[in-house]
Amino acid sequence: MHDVDFTWPGGAFGLAIDQFHVEQGEKLFLLGASGSGKSTLLSLICGIVTPQRGKVLIAGRDLAAESGASRDRLRAESIGIIFQMFNLLPYASGLDNIILPLRFAPGRRRRCGDARTEALRLSEALGVPAELVSGGPAATLSVGQQQRVAVARAMIGRPPIIVADEPTSALDASAQEDFLNLLFEQVGSAGATLIMVSHDDRLAGRFDRVVPLKDIARVRRAAP
Amino acid sequence: MSLFQLALSSLRSRGLTVGLAVFSIALSVALVLGVEKIRTGARASFADTISNTDLLVGARSGSVQLLLYSVFRIGNATNNVSWESYQDIAARPEVDWAVPISLGDSHRQFRVMGTTPAYFERYQYRGGRSLQAADGGLLGDLFDAVIGADVAAQLGYSVGDPIVVAHGLASFTEHDDMPFRVAGILEKTGTPVDRTVIVSLEAIEAIHVDWQSGARRTGAATPVEAIRQMDLQPEAITAVMLGVKSKLKIFALQRFVNEYPEEPLLAVLPGVALQELWGIVGVAETALVGVSALVVATALLGMMALILSGLNERRREMAILRAMGAPPRTIMSLLMAEAVIMAAMGAAIGVALLYAGLAVARPWLDAAYGLYLPVEGLSARDLAVLAAVVVAAAIVSAVPAIRAYRMSLADGMMIRM
Repeated sequence: MHDVDFTWPGGAFGLAIDQFHVEQGEKLFLLGASGSGKSTLLSLICGIVTPQRGKVLIAGRDLAAESGASRDRLRAESIGIIFQMFNLLPYASGLDNIILPLRFAPGRRRRCGDARTEALRLSEALGVPAELVSGGPAATLSVGQQQRVAVARAMIGRPPIIVADEPTSALDASAQEDFLNLLFEQVGSAGATLIMVSHDDRLAGRFDRVVPLKDIARVRRAAP
Repeated sequence: MSLFQLALSSLRSRGLTVGLAVFSIALSVALVLGVEKIRTGARASFADTISNTDLLVGARSGSVQLLLYSVFRIGNATNNVSWESYQDIAARPEVDWAVPISLGDSHRQFRVMGTTPAYFERYQYRGGRSLQAADGGLLGDLFDAVIGADVAAQLGYSVGDPIVVAHGLASFTEHDDMPFRVAGILEKTGTPVDRTVIVSLEAIEAIHVDWQSGARRTGAATPVEAIRQMDLQPEAITAVMLGVKSKLKIFALQRFVNEYPEEPLLAVLPGVALQELWGIVGVAETALVGVSALVVATALLGMMALILSGLNERRREMAILRAMGAPPRTIMSLLMAEAVIMAAMGAAIGVALLYAGLAVARPWLDAAYGLYLPVEGLSARDLAVLAAVVVAAAIVSAVPAIRAYRMSLADGMMIRM
C-alpha cells in the first residue's frame, strides 16, 4: 500500500497509510484495539472498498484501478477471509458453506479437484468430523466448530492470501491455542500469506512479524 | 450450491414468515383465478341456456329485454305477438321450426309457460342437450303440467299432484276452478327451465276462457267439459323461438320480422343479445377483476415488506457473501430469486386451492345458482395471470434488492449486528 487515503461515505471515519507491505508467504500479526481502523484496513486490502487516493497492490495489481467486478473476482480467487464470529450462512450445511466461495472463483475450483472431497479433507484436518459438516445447517455447530469450518472455507482451493479478523475472540484460551495451531498448520502447508488482526498481543508470538496498527495507519475522525 | 438452492435454503430457514407470505400470495392467486372461472362460467351458463335457437321473436322492445323475459324469465313482456303474426312468420320458407311460448301466469314463485310439445324437441341447453323427464312423462292431457326440477324440489311435488295456477305474477287470483296435474318432472338442467311450470298453449287459453281484461267475467263459469270441446287456439302469445333451415337465412328472416307491417315485432339473435347484456354487466365484472388484482398487489407488497424488514437481520449474510467475492449483483439476484420462488410457490399453491375449492363448491354452485363450472385445465389467460404474478414479484423485489445492493456496498467488511 502506497500513500493510501480513504474515508467512508459520510466522512465519519477515515484512514491514511503511507507505506505498508506484506511479503508473500509471510505470517503477519496486526495489533490494534477496536476503533483503530482494523476493519477499514481489511476492507481496503480485500478490495471491498477503494481508497480515494493512493495504491493498493495485490500481487502487482492495483485494486484502485480495477473495476468493481474484477476486484470481486480477484478477492474471490486470491483471498480467504475469516471473520470474528458468525462466519457461516446459518441455513446452509457446513459443507455447503465450505464450497460456497468456489462458486465465485473458478480458479480455486480447478485447483481443488473434487470440491466435496477437498472440503471434507480440510474439515477433517481441522478436527470437524465429516458427519457434522455434511449434516444439518451450520447454525447447529458449536462456535469453535463454526470457526474451523470458516478456516476450511477460507483455505479451500488454496488462495494465496488468508485474512483473519479476530478469529479467536469468540473462543476460550485453550480453544484459541488449538485453533491457531490448526490455522498455522493449514496456512503453512498451503504456503499462503496470513494477515491476522487482533487486539490480543498474547497471540503474537508465533508470527513472522508483528505490526501495531497505529504505526502504519493514521485514523481520522470527523468531529461529532 | 447454486444461487437457487441458496435462496431456497435461506427461505426454508425462515419457514413461518415466508410460509405466510406464500400463503397470502396463494390466496390472492386463487381469488383471481376463481373470479375469472366464475365470470367465464356465468357467461357459459347463460350462453348454455339457449342453444340451437337462431332467433327470438317478441313484441318490439329492447333485445336484452326480449332475451331476459323469453329465455331467463326475468321481467315481463311489454306486449304480445298476435297468433296471425306467429303463423305468418312460421310459414316463411326460411323457417325450419317455430315454437311459440306464452308467459304471464305463475304458480307460487315459479312462472308458468304455455308452449307446444315441439318445445321439448327444440329447446336445447348446454351444447345440444334436450329436456328429459326424470319422472313421469311430457304433456298429454289438456291440463297436464310438466315442472322443472327446482319446482319439484322446493314445493315437494311428485307426479300426479294437482297444481293451481295463479293469474298473473304475485297475484291472489287463482285459476282454482281448473287445476292442473303434474304429468312429469324434468331433469335438472341448470337453466331457468328448472324453475318453470310448463303447460300447453291450449291450457293457457282454457284457463282464461272466462276472463276478460285481466279479471274474471261475472256470471256462471263455463264448465270444464265445455271448455275441452272448444277451439282453444290462442289469440296471442308472448314470444317465438325460431330455427332456420340455413344459417345464411337468419338475417333475411330477422329483417322480415323487424319490418313486419302488421305489428311492431322484434327478432334478435340470442348470442347478440347476450353480448349486449354482457356489455351492461361488464362494468361489475371489471370491478371484480380489478378488486382481485388489487388483492394480488397487496399480497406482493406484503412479500416486499417481508423481504425489506428481513434485510437488516441479513446484513451479515450479505457481508459473508461479499467477502467470498460475490459481486453485489449476486446479492441482488439472490433476493430477487427468493421473491420469484415465493411467488411461484404461491401461484402453484393458489392453483391447487382453486381446484380444491372448485371440487368442493361445484355441486353446490350448480344446485343453488345453476352455475355450471367445468373442471378443465388452465386457460391461456390463467397462465398469463400466473406468469404476471411471478414477473410482478420480480419487479417488486427490485426495491429490497437495490437496497441490499447499496447496503452491501456501504458496509464493506464490517459485520453489523
